Amino acid sequence: MTRPPVTAPDAATAATSEGAQELHRRAATHPVELLREEGGVLRLPEGLVLDPGDMNVEVAEDETMIINMGPQHPSTHGVLRLMLELDGETVLRSKPVVGYLHTGMEKTQEELMYIQGSTNVTRMDYLANFFNETVFSVAVETLLEVEVPERATWIRMLLMELNRLSSHLLFMATNGMDLGAVSMMLYGWRERELVLSFFEATTGLRMNCNYVRPGGVAADLPDGWRPQVLSICEAILPRLDEYDTLLTGQPIFQERTQGVGVITQEAALALSATGPVLRSTGISWDLRRDMPYMFYDQVEFDVVVGTYGDAFDRYAIRLNEMRESIRLIRQIVDLMPGGDYRVQDKKVTPPPRARIDESMEALIHHFKLFTEGFKVPAGETYVAVESPRGELGGYLVADGSAKPYRFHMRDPSFANLQSLPVMLRGGFVADAVAVISSIDPVMGGVDR
Amino acid sequence: MSDQETDTEVTEPAPPELVHGAPVTRSAGQEVVHPDRAAYPGVMEALRDDGFNMCVDVCAVDYLTRPARQLPDGMVAERFEVVVNLVSHAARRRLRVRVQVPESDPEVASLFPLYPGSEAMEREAFDLFGIRFSGHPDLTRILMPEDWEGHPLRKDYAVGRVPVQFKAAPASR
Repeated sequence: MTRPPVTAPDAATAATSEGAQELHRRAATHPVELLREEGGVLRLPEGLVLDPGDMNVEVAEDETMIINMGPQHPSTHGVLRLMLELDGETVLRSKPVVGYLHTGMEKTQEELMYIQGSTNVTRMDYLANFFNETVFSVAVETLLEVEVPERATWIRMLLMELNRLSSHLLFMATNGMDLGAVSMMLYGWRERELVLSFFEATTGLRMNCNYVRPGGVAADLPDGWRPQVLSICEAILPRLDEYDTLLTGQPIFQERTQGVGVITQEAALALSATGPVLRSTGISWDLRRDMPYMFYDQVEFDVVVGTYGDAFDRYAIRLNEMRESIRLIRQIVDLMPGGDYRVQDKKVTPPPRARIDESMEALIHHFKLFTEGFKVPAGETYVAVESPRGELGGYLVADGSAKPYRFHMRDPSFANLQSLPVMLRGGFVADAVAVISSIDPVMGGVDR
Repeated sequence: MSDQETDTEVTEPAPPELVHGAPVTRSAGQEVVHPDRAAYPGVMEALRDDGFNMCVDVCAVDYLTRPARQLPDGMVAERFEVVVNLVSHAARRRLRVRVQVPESDPEVASLFPLYPGSEAMEREAFDLFGIRFSGHPDLTRILMPEDWEGHPLRKDYAVGRVPVQFKAAPASR
């Protein structure tokens, strides 16, 4: 497949163009790519060749207009840039252009010791930091063949479910804001702060906590964590009902979201969409239930599934997932065992501060761990968890040294963004805001 | 899940185990298929027909400085490796596919006709490793700027090679 020759752009286009990543005029676009940008999901049978003349005969080049939305648009959740081809108000083609937040975190990861690594991964999808840290830590522990204590795993589960709560609350806030429900934004932020203050009490930081580390977690839960967590659940649960009153049953919100940004099951599967985007189409797929990791097989919860695959379904799924998360959190609080919060392996875990003063050996271990780090045997593994946005996967290649040879993060937002052209096709520009918001992309994860 | 795993392990024949003609290894309990570059599109198509209905991830690894790795007998280790993670929803099963890609001709077939969702991931692998995916409709850089030179995740691309750039500073590239 060769790309058709790109016709010379006029002076104004050439002066502002940033190159081949952009959405181009129809004449200059490969037919397969054109179909993709239009929202076609391609599974062409063998031998079938696309004829560019077959498509869009009704669209004359001079009647459409290609415009930029973002990267500085307030409702693009950071720095997502969307190029849209419009015919009046209708979106004909679209292309997300990403990379504005790329800081080479996977390269940085190769320069950091395993013991430092979680400081870096926690900043990738910054709204789901515990998920990032857990994926990295579990991958390292798998290759180390270290068994973490049960309590550490339960603490991880507790924090991940609380993190899901805070992430979905932020979605509620931004989704409300994007659709003009500004009070929802304030409520979402208010409730999220409850959860973040617990993170602060536990880890010292509201976000980017660097709390889950290879071998366990950094510190035990603080005194009085149990009533604190339960009071968060107590406080948030009735407010979810308030959100129902405020948004779910509200005609204006329904008008803005129902039937908007529809994606079919086949398209969502073909485009590797996961999480609420996939579940909104009616596919019941949740890694916590379908490929249980940690102790998710010992707790009870329901997988929330949509029907129509539209923005409203994705909203409703997240709202109800919060209820499920609260259900999970209450069970985890009950089931939390005693014991150690990190593995007592001197080669992996730094000694407690007090031991350093009394034991020469502890001092040596401490010094070695923080200067040389611990070595992970050569091997490769892929670990996946269900993050608030879908499957968050980590592919770790170790070479026997103290630094990862390669650590790749499969970020759900990055994959889910590919569904945007499908969802936007044929809709209004005004709906684009609702659709982007319903995917809930986090650009820190997309660009890494 | 654990039941399934033990079941398959018991019934498995002695090595060399093959999936659609490609040898299989295990890495930390996970199944890894190693087709060679020529067989890769065919194996992927057969796997898709087997029910692996989602391509979860495509990424690449540069083994320049550490050529030794676990490979089935007879497979020649090359500098690059393209790693594909598949999921079968019906069987609740994961499978990893690793393809060796030589440095002299870093090109493999694109999965785009089979799994359209591999589009952005292959662009990322192209951008950061310089591996070309033939048949990809829009193989352009995705994370790095359009006019960037080099592929940053390659092992011979040093960290800090490009100084922090300010608008007034002369271009370093």
